[in-house]
Amino acid sequence: MASIGTPTQRGCSGAVAGDREAITRLIQLQGDDPAALIEVLHQLQQIEGYLAARSLHQVARQLRLPLSRVYGVASFYHLFRRTPPPVHCCAVCLGTACFVNGALELLAVLELRLAQQARAGGWVLERMGCLGACGSGPVLRLDQGLAIRVRLAPAPKLDAQLEAIGLPPLGRATAR
Amino acid sequence: MGVITLSVNGAAVAVPSGATLLAACRSAGIALPTLCYLEGLSPVGACRLCLVELEGAGRPLAACVSEAAEGMVLRTDTPQLVNFRRMGVELFFAEGNHVCAICVANGCCELQDVAVAVGMDHSRFPYRYPQRSVDASHPLFSLDPNRCILCTRCVRACDELEGAHVWDVAERGSHCRIVAGLDQPWAEVEACTSCGQCVDACPTGALFRKDDTNVTSHPQRQRAALLQEARQRHSWRNQGPPPP
Amino acid sequence: MSKPAPARLRCCDASACRNAGGLALRQALLAARAAAGLQPTSLAIGAVGCLRLCGRGPLVAADGPGGSRLWGGLSPEQAALLVAAAWVDADPPLALASPQASPPASPPTPVPPASAPLASSSDPLASYRLDLSHPFFSLQQPVVLEHCGLIDPDCLDQALAHGAYSQLRRCVRQLTPEAVRQEVRRSGLRGRGGAGYPTGLKWDTVALQPPGPRLVVANGDEGDPGAFMDRTVLESDPHRLLEGLAIAAWAVGAERGYVYVRAEYPLAIARLRRALDQISQRGGFGVAFTGTPWPLRLELRVGAGAYVCGEETALLQSIEGGRGTPRPRPPYPAQRGLGGAPTLINNVETLAAIPPILRQGGDWYAAIGAGNQASADKPASGATTATLGSRGTKVFSLSGAVVHTGVVEVPLGMPLRTVVETMGGGVVGGAPVKAVQTGGPSGGCIPAALLDTALDYEAMASLGSMLGSGGMVVLGPHTAMPELARYFMGFCVEESCGKCLPCRAGTVQLAALLDRFVAGQAEAADLDRLEALCAMVKATSLCGLGQSAPNPVLATLRHFRPEYLAACREEPRWA
Ligand SMILES: Cc1cc2nc3c(=O)[nH]c(=O)nc-3n(C[C@H](O)[C@H](O)[C@H](O)COP(=O)(O)O)c2cc1C
Ligand code: SF4
Ligand code: SF4
Ligand code: SF4
Ligand code: FES
Ligand code: FES
Ligand code: FES
Repeated sequence: MASIGTPTQRGCSGAVAGDREAITRLIQLQGDDPAALIEVLHQLQQIEGYLAARSLHQVARQLRLPLSRVYGVASFYHLFRRTPPPVHCCAVCLGTACFVNGALELLAVLELRLAQQARAGGWVLERMGCLGACGSGPVLRLDQGLAIRVRLAPAPKLDAQLEAIGLPPLGRATAR
Repeated sequence: MGVITLSVNGAAVAVPSGATLLAACRSAGIALPTLCYLEGLSPVGACRLCLVELEGAGRPLAACVSEAAEGMVLRTDTPQLVNFRRMGVELFFAEGNHVCAICVANGCCELQDVAVAVGMDHSRFPYRYPQRSVDASHPLFSLDPNRCILCTRCVRACDELEGAHVWDVAERGSHCRIVAGLDQPWAEVEACTSCGQCVDACPTGALFRKDDTNVTSHPQRQRAALLQEARQRHSWRNQGPPPP
Repeated sequence: MSKPAPARLRCCDASACRNAGGLALRQALLAARAAAGLQPTSLAIGAVGCLRLCGRGPLVAADGPGGSRLWGGLSPEQAALLVAAAWVDADPPLALASPQASPPASPPTPVPPASAPLASSSDPLASYRLDLSHPFFSLQQPVVLEHCGLIDPDCLDQALAHGAYSQLRRCVRQLTPEAVRQEVRRSGLRGRGGAGYPTGLKWDTVALQPPGPRLVVANGDEGDPGAFMDRTVLESDPHRLLEGLAIAAWAVGAERGYVYVRAEYPLAIARLRRALDQISQRGGFGVAFTGTPWPLRLELRVGAGAYVCGEETALLQSIEGGRGTPRPRPPYPAQRGLGGAPTLINNVETLAAIPPILRQGGDWYAAIGAGNQASADKPASGATTATLGSRGTKVFSLSGAVVHTGVVEVPLGMPLRTVVETMGGGVVGGAPVKAVQTGGPSGGCIPAALLDTALDYEAMASLGSMLGSGGMVVLGPHTAMPELARYFMGFCVEESCGKCLPCRAGTVQLAALLDRFVAGQAEAADLDRLEALCAMVKATSLCGLGQSAPNPVLATLRHFRPEYLAACREEPRWA
């Protein structure tokens, strides 16, 4: 779908193998400027799906920054990933409007539901800030799509709704 | 350079313009507890223990990062400040794993000294018992993050004095921790010159020399100031006894 | 191209409506127009910015000889009906709160009670019609948002046709920087980013620093949960922000600047990028809009998910590519900022108010809301105070348990009740409002009994809340206050940068204490601990995040203390 979401979501679709020269070029495009570190990390994550230690090392060398400084920045910001992205991710909006409409309870339900899948390396549950769909909360982001008005309902009804929006059915431990 | 006069706990003090409130308090002979401040390193104002109350200001100021101004009226010992400082020290103890009895720094730890100074013997806040593992990879030194209070003195010492910038802070909030290189074992970071400045700067037993025992540790915490003076002013204060 | 078409459909293309399927609806409308054999010249269909009632998206407005009409929640299948309806002259409008059929794919929303009968049951789209004369729309006074919802945010020509950059041209060609600053001082404009610092004064501080380079920064980090005012401006009228920032640069003598936007706003980022590209294609601000070689260069910087980067010193760190950790002030960024140079930092909404202030004059802006303030002087349980310092309009984002979710721009000094009940329609399902949360994690709660409080800086502060950046979350009877306080504390724990002890370790302990209240397992002594630790964290933290982290606890304690007491166990377990 269109560009609603966060840069990390691109990672949900799977990583591309690292290409050293592509990284060299993208840093050169930023003028080898240390102040562009965050922009470089964004683009790196877009290419590789996450920030691998090997790539961070290259970034530090080319921008002439201390390794620990690059690691400090990469680990400070929530949207940077240092491990390969999961196959599927389901993100729950925990913005205030969604909170008021029951997002925490929904999160608890999803935690239970996705626990098995997470172990199997399929679905990962994430939390996110407001997506701007506050009028239709609670809101979930499933991979690239958006599910709105996922209201807490008695178990069978909610289960059916979650299944309808593409979450794996209860009790099956593998992702599609 | 002009002179500024101000009052600290009722006593008049004169300091050169540009001096910090911490310098003013110390020149008045008043001991303010500090942990993140180390003479010779740039101040960061992170531990919030050196608080003073300035007449007319809305909230307490961190003395190590506030500049003195003419006519200021300061207090360092109000019941509120004493209370805040004590709570701060309790938060430090609850945040890490400080088992003084088995610590190399026992007896020469600034955190311990501050706890004594504010009269804290236990934390009213529940201990959080974080899981942190020791890095003993370096041939000469070790890092025990259980005792780290995130003062960043090691980060600044390595960056500002040695120029190696081996250390930095990673993660954020309560997950913050000190990392070497790309979160590697210390020994693998080739930038480290094994100079030991980070160890000398550490206020607690988090960074220590492997050959230290708890009785004979001698942290050289004044080294940062001496080195900074030597670097910036080409002036050497030689210490130690003359040759025989 | 600027000749008005006889009929026009404006499709909201801001993010809330996009999320609700606005893009597909617009595609369907274009197809339906083609299928009906109509030319773009006879029925224009275009994307516009936010149409305000975001909770009913996707919204489409139709302009015709009979006036404007508005529909919400249409699905692509209804496109042909809408194209046909765009030709019919405006019929008597329906109530805003008329029952809304939901798009087929999603379960129904709780339907607000219909307050007016259906006007024409023969109209198949009647139940999707929204009443533009409803107070939600009619009480708005768009100044910052004057072109939002009217122009295509991606089209520079439309912005120019609505007067964009004409004030920049006038400033650079006819006014001295001092004259511009004087106009801003006269307007009484205060920073809309939360602290409410007088904007003219800040501009003077930067301008009057010793000679040397200066920089300007627009703060679009907008991280308060429940706030989406700045996003609305950025997505709906990006050139408005750029003009405001360029004028600020002229007024303080800067030739470089940054717009910092949080990464969570990809649509706003894309639109700003395009807007900046459009300007450089025309040779830059100087050549394109002022006819002078003025070398102003503005750059976009994107965050990476850190609320604390909205704090101005952390923002500077982040722009320089570092960890977004605040540093002690003074020196303020206005004295020493990026690269040591004096740096002006203003909120997006603050800057977006600048062009109309220069066009209409500072006195005009200062007069807005002045009348309100006299009439709001009626004693509402001693809540109202003089509102000398709150002039002009303010954008609020209304969300939570409220019926009408969206963006409103109203004169300051308007009673909170008017916004929440008259405009917002109160709580979904007709339940009473319990409280209104303002100012996000640094703000507080206004209980229902104090809803007559005027929306101005002083009155809100006197209640232990704050006007804040403008996020307004309405709470219904089911929200438990300790739980709300715990929610915000959890937010601060997540977002603390970790530099200073009271915030890093204190918020964790506060959250643990609040957990006991949420679980109903607290002891009476926990209340004292909670208050003592709140006082410590508030007084001793390094930056505004830690200093205000206890505010939601203190505000809910102040107005809803019985809920905390009820969460205490009667006796300690061992007694
Ligand atoms: C934790 C924290 C977060 C903040 N977030 C924002 C923000 O998202 N947007 C903003 O404009 N100001 C934010 N501010 C306020 C800014 O520090 C600064 O005061 C403001 O941008 C100044 O602009 P103004 O004078 O136009 O309001 C924040 C402050 C703090 C302490
Ligand atoms: S020993 Fe010296 S170079 Fe190595 S980490 Fe410590 S201060 Fe840095
Ligand atoms: S290791 Fe020592 S010097 Fe470094 S931050 Fe921790 S306590 Fe401070
Ligand atoms: S108050 Fe919190 S966010 Fe601000 S500097 Fe301290 S730890 Fe960082
Ligand atoms: S609060 Fe969830 S979308 Fe805004
Ligand atoms: S010594 Fe001043 S804040 Fe740490
Ligand atoms: S986003 Fe469409 S009305 Fe606000």
